[in-house]
Amino acid sequence: MASEPENNETTPIPSLEAAAPSPLVAALQREHPEWIADVIAAFGEITIVVPREHIVAACSFLKTWPESRFDFLSDICGADRGVEEDPRFEVNYHLFSTTKHHRLRLKVVLSEEDPHVPTVTGVWRTANWHERETFDLFGVIFDGHPDLRRILLPDDWQGHALRKDFPLRGYEPYSLK
Amino acid sequence: MGLENIIAEALPEVLTTRLDSLINWARKSSLWPATFGLACCAIEMMNSTSSRNDLARFGSEVFRASPRQADVMIVSGRVSRKMAPVLRRIYDQMPEPKWVISMGACATSGGVFDNYAIVQGVDKIVPVDVYIPGCPPRPEMLIHAVMMLQEKVMKESVRDRKDVPEEEAREAVPPGTLPVTDGSAVLKEALQSRPYTIASRHERRRSS
Repeated sequence: MASEPENNETTPIPSLEAAAPSPLVAALQREHPEWIADVIAAFGEITIVVPREHIVAACSFLKTWPESRFDFLSDICGADRGVEEDPRFEVNYHLFSTTKHHRLRLKVVLSEEDPHVPTVTGVWRTANWHERETFDLFGVIFDGHPDLRRILLPDDWQGHALRKDFPLRGYEPYSLK
Repeated sequence: MGLENIIAEALPEVLTTRLDSLINWARKSSLWPATFGLACCAIEMMNSTSSRNDLARFGSEVFRASPRQADVMIVSGRVSRKMAPVLRRIYDQMPEPKWVISMGACATSGGVFDNYAIVQGVDKIVPVDVYIPGCPPRPEMLIHAVMMLQEKVMKESVRDRKDVPEEEAREAVPPGTLPVTDGSAVLKEALQSRPYTIASRHERRRSS
């Protein structure tokens, strides 16, 4: 059955739309073009890929910049793209503004050999535990973190459980006998 | 009251019985549980003491938060690896005689959580007397398990239950938590490479 292009327009898929760059990103592009390595717009959300040496400066700027005012760090999460990928890891910073009610996601991509990223605990204090969780489960090391310990897994755990090459059942069966 | 008069008239002043029978009868008539509610099975465990199910009929309604006062530990729910040393320590703190009921599929075998975070059966941590299947088991099943445990208690001898910890309890070294550091020790450990692709003994055993 031949599809009508007019009918398709009534139900657009938001992810496939070439999203127009938001005014915020455009303004940030004018201010600091070196911070923006890439802009991803999908599902109505905007992601800025930031080089990792600029992440602290970008975060502290976006927190106080009058146009953004991202005073709330919703989440920091890691991701493992797979063992064969390079860069393998990514760290996502989900920002939210409680006064302007908009959101932004910053993304830092990291290679497997050098999974270091500067900490943003100096910008948002809540990043402390989020970064510990990301370190615990993915092995991403946050340089300058005040207390980079495991937070979810036991302290004597070996490996990082959410990496793609970590076996689902772990390495050894647990037994105290 | 009249009861004492009847007993005093009907019974002699001296009774002869086996010591095991008397002690076991006393033990089984008031099995005080130590709560170890870990997940949704604990809701059913709480419900088993409710007025509808009334576990008090079998002398087992006094749930104790202190292991020193408890006789039977009802492990209700999945045991994570981080909880396992805690569970073992609480079991070691219970005085003899002590029994363990493994309540539900997760405590018995890991259940649906066949992954790195969950201990695949609480019998890898503590010796279990009664297993209850179900996800979660109904309160009637827990009451049935308590009654089965009572039958088991009646078959025991006082010599089986010395106050010395059992050999397995003595050998086990519960791994404690590491002291709080500045993070440098964990950092070194994280930097060490690990052969991720080699299947563990656990994995090989599972696949064969």
